[in-house]
Amino acid sequence: MIEFQGVEKVFSGRGGGPEVRALDGIDLSIGRGEIFGIIGRSGAGKSTLIRVVNMLERPTAGSVSVDGVDMAALDGAGLRDARRAIGMIFQHFNLLSSRTVYDNVALPLELAGLRKSEIKAKVEPLLELVGLGDKRDRYPAELSGGQKQRVGIARALSSEPKVLLCDEATSALDPETTTSILRLLADINAKLGLTIVLITHEMAVIKEICHRVAVMESGTIIERGDVFDVFTAPRHATTRSFVSSVVGAELPETLSERLVAEPVAGGNAVLRITFKGAMANTPIISQLTRRFGLDLNILHGRIDHIQDAPFGVLVVEAVGAADAVQSAISFINANNLSVEVLGHVPANLRAAG
Amino acid sequence: MSPQIFELLVNATVETLYMVGLAALLGTLLGLPLGVLLATTGRGELLQNVAFNRIAGVIVNATRSTPFIILVVAIIPFTRLVAGTSIGTSAAIVPLTVAAIPFIARLIEGAIREVDRGLIEAAEAMGATPLQIIAKFLLPEALPGIVLGLTLAVVSLIGYSAMVGAVGGGGLGDLGIRYGYQRFLPEVMAAVVLVLIVLVQIVQSLGDLIARRVNKRAIGGR
Repeated sequence: MIEFQGVEKVFSGRGGGPEVRALDGIDLSIGRGEIFGIIGRSGAGKSTLIRVVNMLERPTAGSVSVDGVDMAALDGAGLRDARRAIGMIFQHFNLLSSRTVYDNVALPLELAGLRKSEIKAKVEPLLELVGLGDKRDRYPAELSGGQKQRVGIARALSSEPKVLLCDEATSALDPETTTSILRLLADINAKLGLTIVLITHEMAVIKEICHRVAVMESGTIIERGDVFDVFTAPRHATTRSFVSSVVGAELPETLSERLVAEPVAGGNAVLRITFKGAMANTPIISQLTRRFGLDLNILHGRIDHIQDAPFGVLVVEAVGAADAVQSAISFINANNLSVEVLGHVPANLRAAG
Repeated sequence: MSPQIFELLVNATVETLYMVGLAALLGTLLGLPLGVLLATTGRGELLQNVAFNRIAGVIVNATRSTPFIILVVAIIPFTRLVAGTSIGTSAAIVPLTVAAIPFIARLIEGAIREVDRGLIEAAEAMGATPLQIIAKFLLPEALPGIVLGLTLAVVSLIGYSAMVGAVGGGGLGDLGIRYGYQRFLPEVMAAVVLVLIVLVQIVQSLGDLIARRVNKRAIGGR
């Protein structure tokens, strides 16, 4: 649906300053009907990337096509037509304060020159869809942030776009409202088969509704894949730090500062066992205890769901003979769970901690 | 106050209202588009045309920096060309309008620049033409500021209109100078000042009221 090929965007420096490479060779393919998330810190280039889709920013090199149409080749009327097929919502909503909810949603249709009756027939169902049927004659200043974003969504959908671009659409909202807006987006994606591209700096947003994700840093995509895979096996350091903010993979400080790389006399190995997918339900801990005579002391753990797929991490101290620990590790691996020796701790950890 | 003086006062008020009203109307008709162009032709703007923007800016500044009484005298040939005469109330409308256009243009420009740039981005993303962006986004959103700007312009024009007595423009200022000052009739001077104060009060209150009515940005602002 959306194809980026070798997209570059260089901003010439202001007042003779150095130029900025906001996008540096982006190749990306977003499928029809997909909810695709792009995450990055501020300045990573995600904002520029989403604006290149509808040519709010023109790439300095490379091509972007939407539904087979090369966007950069369009100009004037052609570009305006193409833009009508791409809805967009914004962090600060960008509603017209001088227009009511109804008139805001009707605006794109007015611009397209539709008749009043046609506009009414489209706007009213949309207001119902976003749950603002009773607010049609209110002005934006009378609405909460979440309601304003619902107006923004209805407005973006009014021209029946094939793609919806969400520019930090929930970043100005509180967590509860964020959840309700994300539910609405997921709902629209399912009902209308709309392709949704969203950029965010919050991994929780990606985790909540995205099918696939790309992680951006300094104008490039450093990691991409299915959301579940990226969350459960992040490869890049930046991705890991994003993921840990949501799934809590970081060890508590009191534990991490006691870990040493080499085995200590009278000490124990610390293992991190990762449960995911179908194997997440294996009763592995009790099996290890029975088969290998190990005592497992759970130090840290978290069980989570990423869009209904279970995912868990357990950090355990394995108390037992070294060869028993080795056999346990082989056993865990044989069961398609991943395990990693984080290090070793002196035996008195529990007492000290 | 004698009936004759009262009649003079009424006539002078009518003349002032006529001059200010027509100059404000013509000044808005010409100053509004100029203000929109000033706001939208700058670098990186909707209708970017840097050369036009520079030249228009220089002309506007030149007109604005000329003291009004000098402007009145300096453009007498132009006034004669337009009004057929350079003396009288109708002729006075010409310099008033010439002074009002750049003033109003700058006020409109300022009001439009206040509109959130995110709205222009949203408009472009919707596939709006530049003309639609001006008509459906910029002007409606800038309306409260425009109304306050025009109010300020009318108040300034009332002040300017007192100076056009110099070219036989008539009006309240002229009455005050000729009767109040030159003929030592302090009660005429007082009456003129009073009427001017009341006029400015009415214009300002009306402007504030309309600006509040059209401003939907604040809850309960209607």
